[in-house]
Amino acid sequence: MSQLLVNNVTLVFAFALVLVAMLISYREKLGLNKDILLSIFRAIVQLTLIGYVLKYIFKINNTFLTILMCLFIIFNAAWNAYKRNPNSNRNYWETFAALFISTTITLGIIMLTGSLKFIPSQVIPITGMIASNSMVAVGLCYRNLHSQFRDQRQQILEKLALGAPIKLAAITILRESIKTAMQPTIDSAKTMGLVSLPGMMSGLIFAGVDPVSAIRYQILVTFMLLSTTSLGAIIAGYLAYRRYFNDRQQLLDQN
Amino acid sequence: MGIIELQNVSYADGDQTIIHHVDLSVTAGDFLTISGPSGCGKSTLLKLIASLISPTSGTISFNGKNQNDYDYPTYRQQVSYCFQQPTLFDTSVLDNLSLPFQIRGVPFDENKISALLQLVDLPLTFLDKKIIDLSGGEKQRVALIRNLVFPPQVLLLDEVTVGLDTRSKTIVQALIKNVQHQATTLIQVTHDETEIAAAAHLIEMRQGALQK
Ligand SMILES: Nc1ncnc2c1ncn2[C@@H]1O[C@H](COP(=O)(O)OP(=O)(O)OP(=O)(O)O)[C@@H](O)[C@H]1O
Ligand SMILES: [Mg+2]
Repeated sequence: MSQLLVNNVTLVFAFALVLVAMLISYREKLGLNKDILLSIFRAIVQLTLIGYVLKYIFKINNTFLTILMCLFIIFNAAWNAYKRNPNSNRNYWETFAALFISTTITLGIIMLTGSLKFIPSQVIPITGMIASNSMVAVGLCYRNLHSQFRDQRQQILEKLALGAPIKLAAITILRESIKTAMQPTIDSAKTMGLVSLPGMMSGLIFAGVDPVSAIRYQILVTFMLLSTTSLGAIIAGYLAYRRYFNDRQQLLDQN
Repeated sequence: MGIIELQNVSYADGDQTIIHHVDLSVTAGDFLTISGPSGCGKSTLLKLIASLISPTSGTISFNGKNQNDYDYPTYRQQVSYCFQQPTLFDTSVLDNLSLPFQIRGVPFDENKISALLQLVDLPLTFLDKKIIDLSGGEKQRVALIRNLVFPPQVLLLDEVTVGLDTRSKTIVQALIKNVQHQATTLIQVTHDETEIAAAAHLIEMRQGALQK
């Protein structure tokens, strides 16, 4: 696998690619340079750390440590999705529930089928992959819900005034938000293989696996992402819409 | 004792007090008209009665029981508020007129809706119309009958005839008369000279307070 080697000198040269992004940001006055540098810095530090942590965890292969690592990933994914919720009346543990349940159910099913074994080098990367997709979906769901609660405020009030319980008053926008959250996953599934050779598959092909075997993994991944994003968005949406109302079933003022 | 009772009701938004110590007793079957200058708090008062907002202090009761002791959706089905400049929701007229059935979990009754549409001079074919294709007066009439599919005990009308042409206005006023005869208690807010002149029971509102 010597052709897979990326050494530090290569990385320094590849930094030129970041300079391209920074040059564009500078010329087009996008004001993104600080953000780009910070993101690069964070990526380098976080990945270096996680590289060593994973090496250690894989080596000692301890169940408790593996679970802890997965929880850490879910915890962080939930924190990021939570921060994307524009509603000031939000709750972290509801986001955590959405991420935790969507990720563990998907992982559980895959393990039941036997295609994933409970060993750190398999469980941890897959957890990261599905949790990050669920995180994006949940974040999208929150943002859409918020903008709809703002735009459709009058409609919700009219429904409440007619005596609708909050769920019935919000169901149209709730459905819309969940749909929006799942759409990117569905769209990317449609173009898979035609536009992109997705990460998992590319990685396997890179590592010398027969492309025909690699696609089987990719199909599995596609199933997992569909399941986890829909579960994540549904749980997050159904918990989040209630926070736009008070306990008297009145619509809260938006600030 | 009245069907609707307000005792020393005040409502403030931040440090702006919008409703000041209002006492009001509305007898069952009454047709109360409230008028007053723009911004004096008429809509706010109706929303308080409809339990869409809650008083900062004071109590509102319905049939002798505190508003907050009811299940909120059930209360709003009985004390029904029709918005000033109502909007229709979702896509079609049908969506709007089927919601009252959905809320109560009963199947859609086309005969009932047909009769109601007829009362406001609209044909049954209107059900399939997209709400964006309706004129202002048609929207207003559809909005009003949403509140009447299952007649409430108390109907709160917030300037429902504003901006209507003479014909639509006559139709809506006739509908309101009709509702009154079915023993529904009515509280209407209006600026309309003829409606004020015809009012059986008129209360003036000034700066968040009712005039005696
Ligand atoms: N949600 C709100 N937040 C802050 N202030 C509000 C809110 N709703 C109404 N107000 C203020 O309360 C006052 C009374 O408003 P309201 O809508 O009750 O008046 P109104 O008597 O119905 O007027 P109009 O005849 O123009 O409809 C106004 O000064 C208005 O700006
Ligand atoms: Mg008003």
